[in-house]
Amino acid sequence: MTSLPGDTPKKLGLVIDLDTCVGCHACVTSCKEWNTGGYSAPLTDHDPYGADPSGAFLNRVHSFEMEIDGRGRTVHFPRSCLHCEEPDCVTVCPTGASYKRAEDGIVLVNPDTCIGCKLCSWACPYGAREYDHDDGVMKKCTLCVDRIYNETLPEEDREPACVKACPTGARAFGDLADPDSAVSRNVAERGGFDLLKEFGFKPVNKYLPPRDPATAGIVPTPAPEDRIGAPRDRLERLFAWIDNRLSD
Amino acid sequence: MHPAYSVIFFTTASGAGYGLWIWLGLRTLLDGLPDRAAPSVTALVLGGVLVTLGLLSSTFHLGHPERAWRAFSQWRSSWLSREGVAAVATYLPAGALFLVFLLPGSLPGAGLFAALLVSGALVTLWCTGMIYASLRTVPEWNHGLVPTIYIALAAATGALLLATIDVAFGQRSEILLLVAAAALLAGALMKWTYWQRIDVAPAPYTLEQAIGIPGASGIRPLDPPHTQPNFVMREMGYAVGRRHAGRLRRWTMALLFALPLVALVIAALVPVLSLIALPLALLSAGAGVLVERWLFFAEARHVSMLYYGAALGGREAAAP
Repeated sequence: MTSLPGDTPKKLGLVIDLDTCVGCHACVTSCKEWNTGGYSAPLTDHDPYGADPSGAFLNRVHSFEMEIDGRGRTVHFPRSCLHCEEPDCVTVCPTGASYKRAEDGIVLVNPDTCIGCKLCSWACPYGAREYDHDDGVMKKCTLCVDRIYNETLPEEDREPACVKACPTGARAFGDLADPDSAVSRNVAERGGFDLLKEFGFKPVNKYLPPRDPATAGIVPTPAPEDRIGAPRDRLERLFAWIDNRLSD
Repeated sequence: MHPAYSVIFFTTASGAGYGLWIWLGLRTLLDGLPDRAAPSVTALVLGGVLVTLGLLSSTFHLGHPERAWRAFSQWRSSWLSREGVAAVATYLPAGALFLVFLLPGSLPGAGLFAALLVSGALVTLWCTGMIYASLRTVPEWNHGLVPTIYIALAAATGALLLATIDVAFGQRSEILLLVAAAALLAGALMKWTYWQRIDVAPAPYTLEQAIGIPGASGIRPLDPPHTQPNFVMREMGYAVGRRHAGRLRRWTMALLFALPLVALVIAALVPVLSLIALPLALLSAGAGVLVERWLFFAEARHVSMLYYGAALGGREAAAP
């Protein structure tokens, strides 16, 4: 049924820290590796080692330049399904293959009933769904539904593959319906925000803004402009001495 | 947006078919059963062939056409599902009317079946338009005129088709020529208004909103997420023909509206030439609808392309 389940008791999702993401794409490859053998399997590639490679990925990392409060910043920006509370990608589906789980809010595509009409991908403003031309069905982030409840995995591995792979801890997984969960507290503390909130789909996934460099204490102290800093050997010390003598 | 060729063919063919059914149904409703069954039966069957060809071709762009039957299930929320249900439901009055036309004696219910045929065709066309008009992710489609344009163009091509069938059977109706001309003019007016509106529409969303970082400005892509275009870029970022939008719009106006109108005037003034003028008008309008549908896709921009550095908004609104 592609009608929305309404308020779900759990809202499982990701919190992505744009301050610590270094744009290494480890989450992308880890996601691909798990999901090409998991719920969404396969994630087909075309010409993967050739001149025009393409394929279905469930997670993409952009890099942007921008100005925040007058400072130039580089921001790496992972983009995947946000498991919205009220998304059109579910309601436009003519077959019921695209659905939102009532128990935990995960948005999934049933690969056995999807007819591959691509309308759900048209309805998503985030470009989060990718069609698999070989499989003939739509692919999207499953929040690693086959990991997070998987009792054959050690408990510490019951997290989405992207979260496990992130080397800087920029991705966190949890229940955003629970105000006391670690992810909810982090969102409240850091001023987590929605992507394209004007659209009104109420994304569950939140993003944390880059920290203000002034308060983060990472503003480099400028080196004196016209002095040789920290001469390393006798010759440099001699040049520095001459430089100082001539300058005075 | 990438034009699915099968969908363009589908909406053109079945649009003409439903348009034909609408005028045939209205004529049957107003005039009662025709004296000669042949033209009406031909129109009914030809409409059915066009509608069926269109519906079949619409399944060609599916990844799993063999599962298409599942699309009838989600009519509560999905316009695509509603379109499928309405399209199949419309076959019922069409079939009933076929029997009424063919069976000897005056069977009851012709008026009811004709009314149901007209309603079914209108509802199906409306659903087709709403599939596009309900997508807020594509500002050029999320427009009140879109479903009415689908209906107007179906009505125009359908009226031309019915007039051609009539002439082929040696019967002429000045009213039908007038109806076709009125539908063409209404379509031209709506399409022209639509183009004016989307050209000056301001961008509804910006990259700043898409990224969402409070206080961020002057955002521009630095490194792309992948080296070659992915599905999202190929599907939502498709723009072949957009650069030639001006020329294609003139072609649409000429093929879909101007030439058929001239042909209609010739057919009205010089009845001898009807048998040449009306089929030409029909072919020209059909080609015009194909160009119009291509442009409808090529000019549509998708919100997700913001992440790839594209801007939204009309051509004239985007200019500084």
